[in-house]
Amino acid sequence: MHAEHSTHGHDHAHNPNLQHHFMDMPHQQEASTLGMWIFLVTEVMFFGGMFLAYIVYRTWYYQGFAEASHHIDLFWGGFNTVVLICSSLTMALAVRAAQLSNRRGQIINLILTIVLGAVFLGVKGIEYAAKFRDNVVPGRNFEWHGTDAVGAQIFYSLYFMLTGLHAIHMIIGIGLMLVILWMAWRGRFDASYYGPVEISGLYWHFVDIVWIFLFPLLYLIGRHAPLTF
Amino acid sequence: MNSAHAPVASTTPPVNYLNATHGIKSWLLTKDHKRIALLYLVSITLFFGLGGLFAGLVRLELLTPQSDLLQPETYNKAFTLHGVVMVFFFLVPSIPAVLGNWLLPVMIGAKDLAFPRINLLSWYLYIIGGIMTLAAIVSGGVDTGWTFYPPYSTSSPTHVVLAGLGVFVAGFSSILTGLNFIVSVHRMRAPGLAWFRLPLFVWSHYATSLIMILGTPVVAITILLLAAERVFGLGIFDPARGGDPVLFQHLFWFYSHPAVYIMILPAMGVMSELVAAFSRKNVFGYSFVAFSSMGIAVLGFVVWGHHLFVSSQSAYMGLIFSILSMLVAIPSAVKVFNWTATLYKGSISWDAPMMYAIGFIGLFTIGGLTGVFLAVMGIDVHVHDTYFVVAHFHYIMVGGAIFGYLGGLHYWWPKITGKLYNEYWARASAFIIFVGFNLTFFPQFIVGYLGMPRRYAMYPPEFQVLNVMSTAGATVLAVGYTLPLIYFLYSLVKGAPAPANPWGAKGLEWTIPSPPPTENFLVTPVVTEPAYNYNPGREVEVAGR
Repeated sequence: MHAEHSTHGHDHAHNPNLQHHFMDMPHQQEASTLGMWIFLVTEVMFFGGMFLAYIVYRTWYYQGFAEASHHIDLFWGGFNTVVLICSSLTMALAVRAAQLSNRRGQIINLILTIVLGAVFLGVKGIEYAAKFRDNVVPGRNFEWHGTDAVGAQIFYSLYFMLTGLHAIHMIIGIGLMLVILWMAWRGRFDASYYGPVEISGLYWHFVDIVWIFLFPLLYLIGRHAPLTF
Repeated sequence: MNSAHAPVASTTPPVNYLNATHGIKSWLLTKDHKRIALLYLVSITLFFGLGGLFAGLVRLELLTPQSDLLQPETYNKAFTLHGVVMVFFFLVPSIPAVLGNWLLPVMIGAKDLAFPRINLLSWYLYIIGGIMTLAAIVSGGVDTGWTFYPPYSTSSPTHVVLAGLGVFVAGFSSILTGLNFIVSVHRMRAPGLAWFRLPLFVWSHYATSLIMILGTPVVAITILLLAAERVFGLGIFDPARGGDPVLFQHLFWFYSHPAVYIMILPAMGVMSELVAAFSRKNVFGYSFVAFSSMGIAVLGFVVWGHHLFVSSQSAYMGLIFSILSMLVAIPSAVKVFNWTATLYKGSISWDAPMMYAIGFIGLFTIGGLTGVFLAVMGIDVHVHDTYFVVAHFHYIMVGGAIFGYLGGLHYWWPKITGKLYNEYWARASAFIIFVGFNLTFFPQFIVGYLGMPRRYAMYPPEFQVLNVMSTAGATVLAVGYTLPLIYFLYSLVKGAPAPANPWGAKGLEWTIPSPPPTENFLVTPVVTEPAYNYNPGREVEVAGR
């Protein structure tokens, strides 16, 4: 601590956002971006465990999975997919605005991203409410009128785990965006320092991509052919 | 400071990382990797004591064939908590979070890890996970075994969810440590420190970190699915609801087998440092040892099926997993042979860290070779779930990981604390631990081969002699573990001040004062030579004797 000032041998003025153990801003930026990518690798493995369970049970209980998949509302799933793709666009525009030192652009695009994320969660709430109304929540008076109640219950178990954990990631993402918005509001980001916007953006895009996989896996099983009961 | 009167005062700076700031807040909110390592050291030691206590209960119960000291239900909780605490709260974080945290930035010539705040967060996550598991213990314990296998774990009346979520949270602490290490090794190396100049300790921690970030999330989601099954009644692993308990085993061992390498790889990194320093030679075949760490990390991910030889896995799949498991012997043997070759014509000194290192080579070889036995399906079916398996993995976990941890702790103690410990007692305790360890676990190979199953409070009377030997050994081991606690603590109070390089060893950590200043290096070092650039034949005077 005491020797801190003598440890930096550089002559140029310091960016106040540079932490003491990095050489310069690009060094710090590279490290934090790499760190986020590695974190996203862990997220892939985290969701990967559930995708493995999905593959196994979809193979075992195809009939139940297809029946249950026909029962969930394709409209809201498709709507939410569009919402999330739009939010990825506004997120990318927010990062671009930060790189161009455009404070107004950051604020507008971050607000749009947050609003789109909130719309997604609201729609998810509507869908969840329908599941509770139709008694297709596993472990809670599960009723099934198709042929494969066991398979359908496992489908809904995975449905709630996958979409629930995805929704938790969305909530964390919105919290993250609120912090970034507050920092952008105070003019913290410009062309020389935009790392937090960029790595939060990486996280946001990752959560979007998870949904891009979840939508076909959960909503589109056997939709190409009418289901025979 | 107090070192002003000592003959080596010039090497001990008045202001170092230990006394730069004062107060409990300066420790609990520190971002200094060295202080975080010490936070880990204290908390890990406490958990080691707790895990050891449960091990003691297990061994005491097994003194007699009847279930007399503990009821079978209590016994089930004792071995479960021994496993949960030792695996998730001691072995997995031990070397990486204490020695790795302290040394990795120093060895790569950096002022800190890439993400100091995340490093502190990882300690808090470890503590939160630990408190959750402690709460599960205090409120009645868990009795599923540390593996949490369903369907029993979905119906057990004990606190599976709380203990499981404790492990879940602690897992994130491990992920963040791995993430920090990987980014630091990639981005924070000092000028001139090329990959093949890195100390092998850094290579092994890099390999360990890869396993941490790829494996830990899988066990996290597995435990979360199990918890959701218990709390919300989802049907994923419970066969009564159409689920598959074998899927749990696959997911669990996809992490938990590589987790064995999370425990042993850092110890192997310590070994390379010790063998080089105490035989005053470059590690034989440096690049082979470095690549063997990566090889173990990669192969570790494709062998999990050998835990499922008797779990309805097909014989063909068993065959493939059997062959893949045997392949792990190759990089492991590369390390053992190369350490042994390093000793050849070396100038060997028998300081306490070296005693642990030599102990490690022998015990790890026994543990590793019995692992090859177990990879053979025919033998595995015979000794599956017997004490043979228990003895095998304790030779790796205790004879390997703990010997590496203790050896490293002795080797770097003067650097970490700036104090010299009592060498006589250190050697005595290394010897006692070696004897106690073998007395505890070697009889278990025999009793397991004779057919004594693990995880039972009772056993046939003909196994009593071997079990008494094992319990006697555990007592000796407990004495051996207590001694370092005493003389390390004593050294903090009365120990002589340590010079910067008490062993005359190579490596960036020995070029800075003991204990170093908060920012490690006052001037960023420039590395111009390979690691372990010892000069054989030239005797180096070693201080402290």
